[in-house]
Amino acid sequence: MKRIIVTICLLAVAWMAQADDLGIYEYELDNGLTVLVRPDHRAPVAVSQLWYRVGSSYEYRGVTGISHMLEHMMFKGTERLAPGEFSHIIARHGGRDNAMTGRDFTAYHQQLAADRLAIAFELEADRMHRLQLTEEEFVNEMEVVKEERRQRVDDIPTAVMMERFFATAYTSSTYHQPIIGWQEDLDNMTLDDVQAWYDRWYGPDNAILIVVGDVEPEAVRDLAAEYFGDVPARDIAPPKPSHDIPAPGERRIAVRIPAEVPVIVMGYQVPSGATADEEWETYALTVLATVLSGGSAARLPSQLVRGQEIAASAGASYSPIARLDTLFLFSANPAGDTGLDTLEQALNAEIERAREEPISEAELERAQNQIMADHLFELDSMFYQAMQIGMLETADIGWRELERFEAGIRSVTPEQVQQVAQRYLIPDRLTVGLLEPIRQGGEQE
Amino acid sequence: MRPFLRTLSILWLVLWLPLAQANSPEIRHWQLDNGARVYFVQTETLPIVDLRVTFDAGAARDGEQAGLARLTNSLLSQGAAGLNADELALAFESVGARYSSGSERDMAWLQLRSLTRPEALTAATDTLAMILAAPEFPEADLERQRRQMLVALQAERQSPPTIAERALYEALYGDHPYASAPQGTEDSVRALSREAVVEFHEQYYTAGNAVLAIVGDLSANEARELSERLLADLPAGDRAPQLPEPEPPEPQTVHIPYPSAQTHVLIGQLGIARGDEDYFPLYVGNHILGGSGLVSMLVHEMRERRGLSYSSYSYFVPSAERGPFILGTQVRADRTGEALEVLENLFVEFRAEGPSADRLQAAQENITGSFPLNIDSNRKIVGYVSMIGFYGLPLDHLDTFIGQVEAVTQAAIVSSFQNRLDPEHRVRILVGPEGILADEDE
Repeated sequence: MKRIIVTICLLAVAWMAQADDLGIYEYELDNGLTVLVRPDHRAPVAVSQLWYRVGSSYEYRGVTGISHMLEHMMFKGTERLAPGEFSHIIARHGGRDNAMTGRDFTAYHQQLAADRLAIAFELEADRMHRLQLTEEEFVNEMEVVKEERRQRVDDIPTAVMMERFFATAYTSSTYHQPIIGWQEDLDNMTLDDVQAWYDRWYGPDNAILIVVGDVEPEAVRDLAAEYFGDVPARDIAPPKPSHDIPAPGERRIAVRIPAEVPVIVMGYQVPSGATADEEWETYALTVLATVLSGGSAARLPSQLVRGQEIAASAGASYSPIARLDTLFLFSANPAGDTGLDTLEQALNAEIERAREEPISEAELERAQNQIMADHLFELDSMFYQAMQIGMLETADIGWRELERFEAGIRSVTPEQVQQVAQRYLIPDRLTVGLLEPIRQGGEQE
Repeated sequence: MRPFLRTLSILWLVLWLPLAQANSPEIRHWQLDNGARVYFVQTETLPIVDLRVTFDAGAARDGEQAGLARLTNSLLSQGAAGLNADELALAFESVGARYSSGSERDMAWLQLRSLTRPEALTAATDTLAMILAAPEFPEADLERQRRQMLVALQAERQSPPTIAERALYEALYGDHPYASAPQGTEDSVRALSREAVVEFHEQYYTAGNAVLAIVGDLSANEARELSERLLADLPAGDRAPQLPEPEPPEPQTVHIPYPSAQTHVLIGQLGIARGDEDYFPLYVGNHILGGSGLVSMLVHEMRERRGLSYSSYSYFVPSAERGPFILGTQVRADRTGEALEVLENLFVEFRAEGPSADRLQAAQENITGSFPLNIDSNRKIVGYVSMIGFYGLPLDHLDTFIGQVEAVTQAAIVSSFQNRLDPEHRVRILVGPEGILADEDE
């Protein structure tokens, strides 16, 4: 076993630093690792997150779920660390650690006292290039992941329904695939598959290190160079494009499974911050989602839940943070004996209204105030700040979007909101998904 | 020692300085003339305020009318001071404020997050004051909320974890007020009347029964003025009477057949009340046993060694009276028996012997070292301050926390687990496919 050499790094690093209003500092190490630092001195703590540009949208049939499986295996030991030791060391230093996998990212995070940052860096740098995968750990962990799938999907009717809905709503886009993977692919995944995935995607040139907390940017840069500086670059090639067919045509699924509460979901294919030709469209879609569903006074709760009293809940959502085209989603549960068809008609009436008439100035102003207040409220969480930066980076939008965000939201007009509704909320972009419960005794909604 | 650890221990020497002293937030406390208790923490960095008003008005006060506390709480914002639900929501949302409310067994609360910009804060808190002082419980809104509660109860039937939790409290608490679920039952919710709601509100939503927590970018004077504006119009009222002490249950196993892929397992015993003198040894002991996620003993045995489950855990729910202590897991149905054995053996062994010295030290280092993470945001601080106020914990609870954790010994863990927990009086809830109990006998 080799010894880790803690080099006091004298690498000729092309530092590129920039601070601005947001107080985010960006550096890049010679080996391609991006380092982003946002000082926040409210408490003597820091969150450290290492984001890799790989997630379920990088996968293909046969190995779906492999990014998430690799995330689990990253805790199973390196050439120097025993399985599970990573978390024990972090815990002993008063830290918390975990990881998460998304469509466009796999991220590892630690929260700890700011003066313990070096511990997190040393451990992350180690497993970035010295992971040790063994058959024994793989076999056991695959059982854990299958339990996770049972717990998160199989035993939750709405999750089963949404998995099938996404598999229908996304056609040629790899967002079609569940993050946790298809059961069949989990059943057939091998240790070699996981090793190959690690070798292909894990390296400093495909990673972003983000630190938010009670730290000084240059000290973090130096510490990053010290620990990550000698991890070799891998010349990682970006993924091949996997965009969706534009406006693929209207689709509809009815999922009939044992359940109790009916659900309707309607998803329209829309651009994300990474795919939009014109950036204002993503701000207009964000405002539209807020007008429809940004609070209890928004149109859907006020019209469908109160007003007509046909829905127990009704909402709309849109997140522009995605690498590929995404969905503008509507969803609702009926109240009482209302049928899903009635609910669909009511949702269609609201969609029609958004296409037919501009929103009022008062609605626009309220939506803008809500979006900007929420944006400020989010600063209360250091973890969320780091997460937002990581999601923007791995979606190929970039953290500088945060600089443009307020101006973008404030410049939206009622006409623009109407325009995006007319352009995107159309049948050719629509998928309707229904959960029609089979109740005990075979009764069907 | 392997080389890597040597490196780490070198680092350790370099970095093993006393942790940057986490200054616990300074809590200021005052009482209004009408009896309302107010707790305030000033935080200056962000121009926001978090407010939480908590009443001793949870489901433990439902009496025979399960669901009454929750219905009352959910109706507060549906009509007040002549404004309807839409107008109240508009008043909050026009200034970007976020209002929410909720109720569990001990408490019911209203929560507000607002910008401190005067026009925003004034509008948001004026609206909250109306909801507090003059809710109207309109009949039509009550019917709508009732229907929504019925849909939620219907949804519960497709959620094995919720089915298990309801069954656990019923089996554990018998006739005690904690037995019934805050969401009620379909029959009890159908029977709730407006009259009962009005009466419940009159009795429990009073100043004497209220705790207000304020955290944010305000001066003490501004906070005091705000507390008066919010609560001065509440009737004085009395504090809700103390709840009865629960009796330990007869041991039992309840198997609720459910066509799920996993069995949802909960093993419950009576735990502790807030303010229990054994709180810290139990807290540290539970952290080691099943309260620390990936590094806990339960996860090690269930997940890392056996691949039985994705999640396994244990926790106390310290409450006004003895809340439950719960061991839980979700496990593939065909290995339910094995999982039960592992969980219960581990608990019995831990209760008899306590943790190893090394595990205890590791846990203490983890808890004290991560203490600053518990109070690194306004949202977390308002949660702590509300809890301290509601349960009447000492104001220096957070200041003494680290010292109390460091003082815990292995012997104290063993004796507190033996004094407070009794596996002879445990209830087991299994929600999962039929036939899993036969498996247990293998």
